[in-house]
Amino acid sequence: MNLLEFTAKGIYCPAADVYLDPWQPVKKALITHGHSDHARWGHEQYLCTTPAEPIIKHRLQLTDNIQSVAFGETVMINGVQFSFHPAGHIPGSAQIRVELNGEVWVFSGDYKLQHDGLSEPFEPVRCHAFITESTFGLPVYSWPSQADVFDEVNRWWRKSQEEGKVAVLAGYALGKSQRILKNVDATLGKIMVHGAIETVTNIFREQGMILPPTVRVLPEMKRADFEGALVICPPSAIGSPWLRKFEPFSLGIASGWMGLRGTRRRRGADRGFVLSDHADWRELNQAVRETGAEKVFVTHGYSEIFARWLTEHGLDAREVKTQYEGELSEMAEATEDKALEA
Amino acid sequence: MKRFAQLFTELDQTTKTLDKIKALVSYFEVAATQDRIWTIAILSHRRPRRTVSAGYLGTWATERAGLPMWLFEESYSVVGDLAETISLVLPEPDERSDETLTFWINFIKSLEPMSIEEKKEKINWAWHRLGGVDRFVFNKLITGGFRVGVSQQLMVKALAKYARVKENVIAHRLMGNWSPETTTYETLVLTEDTQDISRPYPFYLAYALEGTVEELGDPTEWQAERKWDGIRGQVIVRNGELFVWSRGEELVTDKYPEYAAFLELLPNGTALDGEILPFRDGLPLSFNHLQTRIGRKSITSKLLQEVPVAFVAYDVLEWEGADVRSWPLTTRREKLEALAATKPHPVLQLSPTINFSTWDQLREARTHSREYRSEGIMLKRKDSIYRDGRRRGDWWKWKIDPFTIDAVMIYAMSGHGRRANLYTDYTFAVWSGDQLVPFTKAYSGLTDEEIREVDRWVKQNTTERFGPVRSVKPELVFEIAFEGIAKSTRHKSGIALRFPRIHRWRKDKAVAEANTLQDLQQLLNTHG
Repeated sequence: MNLLEFTAKGIYCPAADVYLDPWQPVKKALITHGHSDHARWGHEQYLCTTPAEPIIKHRLQLTDNIQSVAFGETVMINGVQFSFHPAGHIPGSAQIRVELNGEVWVFSGDYKLQHDGLSEPFEPVRCHAFITESTFGLPVYSWPSQADVFDEVNRWWRKSQEEGKVAVLAGYALGKSQRILKNVDATLGKIMVHGAIETVTNIFREQGMILPPTVRVLPEMKRADFEGALVICPPSAIGSPWLRKFEPFSLGIASGWMGLRGTRRRRGADRGFVLSDHADWRELNQAVRETGAEKVFVTHGYSEIFARWLTEHGLDAREVKTQYEGELSEMAEATEDKALEA
Repeated sequence: MKRFAQLFTELDQTTKTLDKIKALVSYFEVAATQDRIWTIAILSHRRPRRTVSAGYLGTWATERAGLPMWLFEESYSVVGDLAETISLVLPEPDERSDETLTFWINFIKSLEPMSIEEKKEKINWAWHRLGGVDRFVFNKLITGGFRVGVSQQLMVKALAKYARVKENVIAHRLMGNWSPETTTYETLVLTEDTQDISRPYPFYLAYALEGTVEELGDPTEWQAERKWDGIRGQVIVRNGELFVWSRGEELVTDKYPEYAAFLELLPNGTALDGEILPFRDGLPLSFNHLQTRIGRKSITSKLLQEVPVAFVAYDVLEWEGADVRSWPLTTRREKLEALAATKPHPVLQLSPTINFSTWDQLREARTHSREYRSEGIMLKRKDSIYRDGRRRGDWWKWKIDPFTIDAVMIYAMSGHGRRANLYTDYTFAVWSGDQLVPFTKAYSGLTDEEIREVDRWVKQNTTERFGPVRSVKPELVFEIAFEGIAKSTRHKSGIALRFPRIHRWRKDKAVAEANTLQDLQQLLNTHG
C-alpha cells in the first residue's frame, strides 16, 4: 500500500482515509487552492490553508464544514501527518506534505517558483515521492521576468490611452487578476474590473491584502466612464457582447500560453502578455530537483513528455491521469469564471 | 534587424489593415534602401535561397540547448513552427547585435558554398548574437514561410502611400521576375520602364456572389461564362519569347510544352488571361488529371498524350504591345474572339459565353455546370475594366453547391501556425459493412469555438497516440463538402476528393447514420 494512491475519485491516502483535491464527492478532502478543478463541490468535509479558506468558502457556498490550518502547521489524521506549504501559485495556495513512518510524499497541486509580489513564495519541501503538475512542461516555455512583462503592460496601457482606446486585459478572476492589480502602474489611470473579479478581489481585501482601488463595471455605464481606463476581465468575456461597450478598445491577454505565437494569433487578441501562475520548464526541473525525490508522479499538462524527460535523468517518474486542467481551462474558455459569476 | 523585427512585431500584433499600412509606411520611411527592397521581396514571398536545411537547424539548436532530439520534436509539434521552436529552446544570447536586415540576408546567402561544419559554426555564431524576435526572424529568413498577414494588395497600398505612386502602377511593377540582387528599390518601384519582358499583369480576382443574382441588376449588362476548375494563368508573347505565369506568380512555361504553339498563334505584344486546363475531345478533364502534370519534374510524351493541356482564354490584357486593361470587357472580348478565330488551334480554347437574357435562364444554365466539368458560373460586367487583386463589384463567381457526405471522425492531428497545439486536422471515414474506412482528411470549416470543443473532446477520447496523431473513439459525425470526386489508387477507399472541407458538425446524427462507401462509389460513377 502506497502512502498516496491514484484512484477514480482522486488522490487518496488510504492510511488516513482522506483525499487530496478529489474530483468526485468524498467524505474528507484536503484542498490545495480555490481554482475550480481543485476545489470541487460536494465533499462532506474540507481542509485547506487559512488564507485560502475565504475564497473556497465563498465559491462553494460552504458554512461550517470547512476547516483551515496555518502554513507549516501539522495535522494528524489517523496517525498520518499532514501539513500545507506555500506553492506560490495564487495567494493561499499550498502543496500538501504527507508523512507516515518517516516516509514523505508531497502533492504540489499547481505551483510556480517566480515571486509574484502577492502569493506566499513557493517553498521546496524534501520528500521521497513528489507529485508535480506539468502544465508548461516543455522547453519552449520560459517566462520573462515579471518586471519586464509589467513594463510592457504599462506601455500598452499608455499607448491605448494615446489612441483613445480602452485597454482591456483578460486574466483569470482568481489569482491572475489580483497579480495584475498588484503590479501594474496604478498611477496611469483608473482601473476598472468585471464583477467576477471585483467579488474575488474584495474577499482578498478583507483578508488584509493591499491592492489599488478598482471600479466595478456596471451595465448602466457609458463609454465616457471608461475613457483612459484599464479594464480587467475574465478570459470568458472575450468575444462576448459585454466587451462591446468598450469600443474602441485594445484587447490584451495575460497567460503563459501567450508565449507561443500560434496561440497569441488564434485568440485574436491585440496583445499577448506572457504571465503565468504555473512553473515554466526551468522551474519545474528546479522544483523536482530540490525535493530530492526519487519517485515523481507527473499530473496535468505535458505529463507523458515531462515524465519521460525525468526518467532519462535517472528518476523513477510516471505519468498520472487526473482531472486537473491547469491553465488549460484558461484557453478552452474559463469554466471557473462562469462559476464565479453565478 | 531590430527595426525589421519591430515591424514584424507590429504587423503580428494587429489584424487591422490600417494599422498594418501605418506600420509599413513608417518602416519604409526609416529603413535603409537596401533593407527596404528586401522587405518588399520577403513580404512578396521572394526570400533568399535556402542555404541550410531545416533538419540541420533543428539538430544544431537541440544540441546547443542540451536537449534530446525527441523532446525537440515534441516541442515542435506543439509550437507548430520550426523557426519559432528553435528560437524558444535556445539559451539567451551572449551579446546583442545590431546588424541590418541586409547584413543577415547576405550572411545567409554566403553560407551556400560552405561545408556543413562551417555552416554550423556560422549559424551558432548568429544564434550567439541574436535574441528574442530578432532570432525568430533570422530563423524564418532561412526556413521561409513568413506569414505576417500582409497580402500583396496591402503591401501595394503601403508602398503606394510611401512612394506616392498609384496603386495599380505599383501592383504591376511588383509582378514578375525581379530580385533585390539584380534590381534596386529605385528601379523597381520608381522607374517607368521595365527591362523585364516576362513581367505579367496582376490578376483580377473575383469574390463569391453574396445574396441573390437578381441583386446584380439588369442581366443584359453582364457577361456569363463557365467557371473552370484549372490553374489560373497568363500567357505572354513578347519579342518572340513565350512566358506562362500561374496565379502564384510562378513562371511555369516549361511545364506545358504544348504552349509552344502560342509563339505561332499570338503576335508579339500579347498577354492573355485564362485557365490552364487538361482538355481532350472538346471537354476539360478533371482537376485530378491536371495534378498528374503539376507534380512531375519531367513531362513524358506518354503523359502529354494522356493529359493534354489547353489554355482556355477569357481575356486580353495586352494587345499590340499596349496595356489594354482599361478597355471595357466587351472590346477586349471582341479582340480575343477575333484572335481565336483567325488561327484555330486545340491549345487555344475560347471560354464560351453563355447566352441568357433573364437571371432564371442563367440559373437554369448553372444547373448544368457539372456536365461541362465546371464549378459554376463567372459573371463579369460588360463595361468593366480589368482591375488588379481581389475586388468587389465587377466580377463575381457563382459556384454550384458542393457534394456532401456524412462521415465519422476517426483520427485527429494538431495543426500548425495559428492552430498549433489544437487538434484541427481530422481524418474521416464512411461505413463499408461494419468497418469504418477512411476516405478523406479535412481541416477547415469549423468555427474557432467548435474547434476548441472538438479539441477538448479529442483530448478526452483518445484511444491511441502515434506521434502527433491521435486515434479517437468513432463518435462524432460531420458533414463533409467537396467539389469533385475521382478514382484513386493511392487511397485505401479508392477515391480522392477535390477541396474536401467540413460543412457542419452533425451533432444530431448517430455514428450508424453516416454514409457508406457505396454512396461514394455511386457519386464516383455519376460524376467521376
